[in-house]
Amino acid sequence: MSYITTIGLEVHVQLKTRSKMFCACPVEFGAEPNSHTCPTCLGLPGALPVMNHEAVRMTVITGLMLGCDIAPTSKFDRKNYFYPDMPKNYQISQYDMPLCENGSVPLHDLAYPKDAQKTIATPDKEVHLVRIHLEEDVAKSFHFESSTGIDFNRAGTPLMEIVTQPAINSPEEAFAFLTSLKQLLIYGAVSDADMEKGQLRCDCNVSVRPEAQAELGAKIEIKNMNSISGVRRALAYEIQRQTGALERGEKLRQETRGWDDAIGETFLMRTKESAHDYRYFPDPDLVPVKSEMLLEEARARIPELPRAKRTRFVEQYQVSSYDADVLADDLELARYFETAANGAKKPKNVANWILNDLQSALSSASKTISDCPIPPEALDELVNLIESGKISGKQAKEVFAEMFASGKPATKIVKEKGIEQLSDTGEIEAFCDQAITANPKPAADFKAGNAASLNFLKGQVMKLSKGKANPQLAGEILERKLKG
Amino acid sequence: MSRRDLPAFNIADLQVLLRRREISPREVLETLQTRIEDIDGKIDAYLSRDFETALKEAEKVDVDLPLGGVPIAIKDIISVAGQPCTCASKILANYRAMYDATVIQKLRAAGAIPFGKTNMDEFAMGSSTENSGMKLTRNPWDVSRVPGGSSGGSAAAVAADEAFGALGTETGGSIRQPAAVSGVVGVKPTYGRISRFGVVAFASSLDQVGPVTKTVLDAALIMNAIAGHDPSESTSLNEPVPDYTAALGKDLRGVRLGLAKEYMIDGTDPQVKAAVDAAVKHLQSLGAEIVEVSLPHTEYAISVYYILATAEASANLARFDGVRYGHRAENPKDLLDHYGRTREEGFGAEVKRRIILGTYVLSSGYYDAYYLRAQKVRELIRQDFAKAFEKIDALVSPTSPVPAFKLGERTADPLQMYLADIFTSPANLAGICGISLPCGFAEIDGARLPIGLQLLGKALDEARIFQIAHAYEQSTDWHKARPSLTEIPQAA
Amino acid sequence: MAKTADLDVAYVAKLARINLTEAETQLFQKQLGSVLEYVEKLRGVDVSQVEASAHAVPMFDVFREDEPRDWFTAKEALSNAPRQANNLFIVTKVIE
Repeated sequence: MSYITTIGLEVHVQLKTRSKMFCACPVEFGAEPNSHTCPTCLGLPGALPVMNHEAVRMTVITGLMLGCDIAPTSKFDRKNYFYPDMPKNYQISQYDMPLCENGSVPLHDLAYPKDAQKTIATPDKEVHLVRIHLEEDVAKSFHFESSTGIDFNRAGTPLMEIVTQPAINSPEEAFAFLTSLKQLLIYGAVSDADMEKGQLRCDCNVSVRPEAQAELGAKIEIKNMNSISGVRRALAYEIQRQTGALERGEKLRQETRGWDDAIGETFLMRTKESAHDYRYFPDPDLVPVKSEMLLEEARARIPELPRAKRTRFVEQYQVSSYDADVLADDLELARYFETAANGAKKPKNVANWILNDLQSALSSASKTISDCPIPPEALDELVNLIESGKISGKQAKEVFAEMFASGKPATKIVKEKGIEQLSDTGEIEAFCDQAITANPKPAADFKAGNAASLNFLKGQVMKLSKGKANPQLAGEILERKLKG
Repeated sequence: MSRRDLPAFNIADLQVLLRRREISPREVLETLQTRIEDIDGKIDAYLSRDFETALKEAEKVDVDLPLGGVPIAIKDIISVAGQPCTCASKILANYRAMYDATVIQKLRAAGAIPFGKTNMDEFAMGSSTENSGMKLTRNPWDVSRVPGGSSGGSAAAVAADEAFGALGTETGGSIRQPAAVSGVVGVKPTYGRISRFGVVAFASSLDQVGPVTKTVLDAALIMNAIAGHDPSESTSLNEPVPDYTAALGKDLRGVRLGLAKEYMIDGTDPQVKAAVDAAVKHLQSLGAEIVEVSLPHTEYAISVYYILATAEASANLARFDGVRYGHRAENPKDLLDHYGRTREEGFGAEVKRRIILGTYVLSSGYYDAYYLRAQKVRELIRQDFAKAFEKIDALVSPTSPVPAFKLGERTADPLQMYLADIFTSPANLAGICGISLPCGFAEIDGARLPIGLQLLGKALDEARIFQIAHAYEQSTDWHKARPSLTEIPQAA
Repeated sequence: MAKTADLDVAYVAKLARINLTEAETQLFQKQLGSVLEYVEKLRGVDVSQVEASAHAVPMFDVFREDEPRDWFTAKEALSNAPRQANNLFIVTKVIE
């Protein structure tokens, strides 16, 4: 029997504000526990919340980037439940009037896992969203042997919740969704969206049902994934587990499961308990938000999105559409490229250097483009040295390696190492004459029509010039002399 | 002047002495301290006092500031850094406020000295101060009776000359009603006029801080110091603050006073009705014009109030869980046990009752029927007042339908206690301002019990109700009457 | 409006995390029952044309700008804590 998988995601995104959502405590991680606290984020008696304007703007920016409808009026509600990480025992969230509704995230090919890019089931898919709302984060708990410790530094950090339609059909699509979303959040400068740092958290609702069945299967929620590939693995495991259970004739029930990345398995956390009664009601300590002004401010801050950037790269820099995809995939890489290509005669060559040599050097040094030792201007300089014939392509590789290792500019390395390419025709002619004189047989062979002999002679010229001669020029001169 | 007479002074008169340097802020505090030590054993208005800190502040204070050197008693629901802030609840018995409320910062900036915290109904839930988890406060006019509530400690302290002035808070009449039954002046400012930051929340959309004083002028002086916009509160009104003393002394010619037919209810004590009728005639004699108005949704006010206030309270009081501060149950076996017992042990009966009512009206399936509907009826009540204020400058009524009742008389039936808020809670629902001031006495069982006159004004029209109240006060002698505490029989 | 008989004090007390004795439960059931009976009168009000509002005076768009400031040190934050260790608030073990 074949089965249909339905996946919906709830993604929590930490916004990159300087202060918390409802108080002015700094948002900073790794600080001494409870040192970024005030009456409001500790839930002290008498403390009150005031909305962070920037957090609301960032949510609207996100909504606009994802094509959402921005609510003309939005409000904040209290979601009531008791938990020690929740200072007021209610969370300020948005219930029935979220800032953004609808919208979608386009999944581009490169967002899929590398091994799945050739087998994309639904190319150009867009995953539709239900809503995006803004809320406050909870504190961080540390579980000890017989007690739990709580640090309220994170409590009150602005958190954006993005809810998708149950419209994702495979672990690979979930992976592509998160990768694409992350890219957009970085483009919009609203979050660094690093899952490993908890800046992006994802709960998955996954259900499997036989193809013939119309209604969705039991909704099973998976938590605790801390990377995008972890989400893919957890979903793949879970789909297999659920399918296996159905095949054995077992009945699945609604439950919450955790993901153990080390073992590679999900485990039961809790079965459906008595339904939560959050007793939402409008927070009387806050006033509603009208989006008119916000929209104006947010529109001015919408960046060029990946799709538009790709098109522009092809048009403006004549790079291939695949190269444009790869460059635009990473905003930092795109910025690097544009800086390096600015003023380059052949931006395409700059792109080649970035996508081949630079990318592989970065990956073998476990570095990212943000901590690349070669500034973009320096790469441009290297490419110009090649294009003007000052160094050969082969020499350039050597110079590049040195630049990457030492951070020195190309011209300095060329000078220090004396590896400048010889393009002076007079000197090359002298080496050519020497080579012809010393090797009469190959010279004769060439004259007799053996074209390959020219390469031998060219090699001799390179040898005599200690590799400095411009090989192209050497070839031309030899040919002229022998034919002439 | 004898030091012994000093506690009976009102703030304005005290300031004359302070500014002439006839008395120092230290002497004022010491005299007050002696008075409290002499009398508070009979009244029990205070929960805590910190004269040591107050005396240090008195050394530095500039008496020429608007309230320079004036000690002000603070209801124990308002945070004063370093002092207890128990809200008269066992759950906060050991809590010390970690910051100053904005009103306290403003009082300090005006030179006032917060020196002690007054008793109240636990978390301001009550109309008699009998719901205090700490102790009973007695009415200085008859110590067998309640001082009203929830700001009963503030009202009793001012009435017994144990404070020159005090801050109270209101959610449904908790300043005006105790002021009325204790024979002092109490003001409920417009919602958003005084910052709530640092004031422990009961019902956020209704709560408001206000002065309790001996005279209308004193109330205006305190209002001048504490009113104004606070960027730490989202619902704070960003409107200029007038000088509330400026309109005092203007006569009442052309002032239109409203009487609402819906406020003529059977439950009003005849002596209260007679006193208020007489007050209305007196106001007329001062030049005011009387206009009849209608507030058709009055009968729903108590219902709306108890649904909205308890719903908001159920969330506001969720933070009292023994995790970060306050009482914590010993050796809990798990988290549920921790919460369940901490809150069982920490809260008194009325607070539990209201949290349960508030939780219920918000719970799944009942929200629309109770909370949402109550919010809509609240809007109708607001519209009633808006229409009435097109025709009048202020509405006149009794503050409380009855004078102070006996301790224990009404504790068995919460609903009967709630109905005492009939004239006061509509103003909180509508967000408008109001004042209660003495307008006579009722003789009951040989006791002479104060009666309060209520004036309600439209939002931000405090200056107008001060003007009317002041004109009435200055042409009558009610505010000069003091309880004869020397004759107080020792509390049984 | 719901029937007042729907109120289950024991259940609601659990939601509110307040343990009640049997006697309290019964007393509250009766007292709150009569309060709910009293508020039944709201059912008679025509609210079909009324917009609900959380406040008496409608207000919008009250923000603060994103400027951080420090307030408590860890020591101050923990000054009222019933139990603490290593700058953390300590509670009974929470089982996820």
